[in-house]
Amino acid sequence: MTRTPDDDLLRELAPQVVGVLTRRYGDFAAAEDAVQEALLAAATQWPVDGRPANPRGWLVQVASRRLVEQVRSEQARRRREELVAEQVPVDRRAAPGADLAEEGDDTLTLLFLCCHPVLTPASAIALTLRSVGGLSTGEIARAFLVPESTMGQRISRAKQRIKASGVPFQMPARQEWPARLDAVLHVLYLVFNEGYASSEGSELRRVELSREAIRLTRAVHGLLPADPEVAGLLALMLLTEARGPARTGADGELVPLAAQDRGRWDRAMIEEGVALVTAALPRGPVGPYQVQAAIAAVHDEAATAGETDWPQILALYGVLAQLSDNPLILLEQAVATAMVRGPAAGLALLAAPPPELAAHHRYFAVRAYLHELAGERDAAVADYRTAARRTASLPEQQHLTLRAARLAVADTP
Amino acid sequence: MKYMLLMQFSAQNVDFPKLDEWQPQEIQAHIRFMKETNAELAAAGELVDAQGLAMPEQARIVRSHSGGAPVVTEGPFPESKEWVAGWWIVDCETEQRAIEIAAAVSAAPGPGGRPLNMPIEVRQVMAAPPSEL
Repeated sequence: MTRTPDDDLLRELAPQVVGVLTRRYGDFAAAEDAVQEALLAAATQWPVDGRPANPRGWLVQVASRRLVEQVRSEQARRRREELVAEQVPVDRRAAPGADLAEEGDDTLTLLFLCCHPVLTPASAIALTLRSVGGLSTGEIARAFLVPESTMGQRISRAKQRIKASGVPFQMPARQEWPARLDAVLHVLYLVFNEGYASSEGSELRRVELSREAIRLTRAVHGLLPADPEVAGLLALMLLTEARGPARTGADGELVPLAAQDRGRWDRAMIEEGVALVTAALPRGPVGPYQVQAAIAAVHDEAATAGETDWPQILALYGVLAQLSDNPLILLEQAVATAMVRGPAAGLALLAAPPPELAAHHRYFAVRAYLHELAGERDAAVADYRTAARRTASLPEQQHLTLRAARLAVADTP
Repeated sequence: MKYMLLMQFSAQNVDFPKLDEWQPQEIQAHIRFMKETNAELAAAGELVDAQGLAMPEQARIVRSHSGGAPVVTEGPFPESKEWVAGWWIVDCETEQRAIEIAAAVSAAPGPGGRPLNMPIEVRQVMAAPPSEL
């Protein structure tokens, strides 16, 4: 799917127009539907008639008209129709761009709304991609491999939930910011991960979603340039996405970090990510996204896998373990420990895993790798096979099965 | 017409070793064959869906209890003789064509590059009512 300059502009303008209409008419759900129709109209009319001189004003005007039409068509809601008609001053119909001065703030306000903790992550993701990202329901459905009607229901239920919870369309109070911004960043992080390392299905990378997550995070960074975690998340995405082209082999198979052709990494993305995290870290406070970005930067700056600065990575995972209670960090610490102090030291860390880790397929994959490094072939083969049986990712299952098979037939050392 | 092609294994109906005991190049050939087959079905406009299921050892069997609460039986289920490994849904003109596709995937290469001849169950997917009923 090729993206036109119009698409990029429409996606950038979408949240601003939703913001304007929500402010003007006080109904987020209706505003959001009307903007979707306006975006669709623009996508079909602009290529034919040419892009209007004031694209934002055009969208506001068309979406406002749709919204008013929607209300008018509902005869039972005649009172509301009159209310809406009264709310549209004549001068605004003529000059719709007049109240767009705070467009930036509206994008952020909309993100806070769509990523509100009353929503489940799946609903927040869908709503964010549509309202803030300007994607159509069909595009979002295809990205998540679900039928369009299912995705449409998910979005409409999310909007109902927001309405029922009475969450206002306004910036949260300053003391609520840390928690609410965390929720926004988490949703963007999930969108990126869904695109980068899809947890289900057979396609290794779904480029559109990771690119969309980067675009949205870049927009948040533009609005909050001083926030170190926003910068950290953007850096983490760039430093991870930069390796994307090398992560997939000729037959679509997964290529692990150590075996990747580093010449295929995207240098410009790496430079931007390194600059972002380098500037963010000294500003403090340090957060998990910055630390993960720093780790990714250490990997990306090594010319070969052998030149990786593992002591630094080990130290950074120590910091991360204090900031986050994600049990998977222990696995990364075990790998880094093995690289610094030898595989036996890494395996010792994994001897008594917490229960939530002991059942995870990645626990067996990492233990297999460390057994392999230690030259313990039978144990490595057995663990690779267990990991392969437990993963729900097809490329990962194939990768792990192949590793087990190669090791099983290799000459005994 | 839509058909579901079920890849269904049991101890009785297969006579090849488990995939994780094959040679690396045999595994690669098998994966490549499946990818190419799916790409061909998609290019022919016949592929609706193709999915593999995670291995059955983490399967759960769920029944509703009298009060509606779920009663979950955890796997593995040594007594269950058959398990579904994955499926295709194809949309093709005739049943004959669905059988052709099933035969093609049944012949996916296995150990020694020999066709596995695995059993593929072909089931028609029920459709909406005809326009004049």
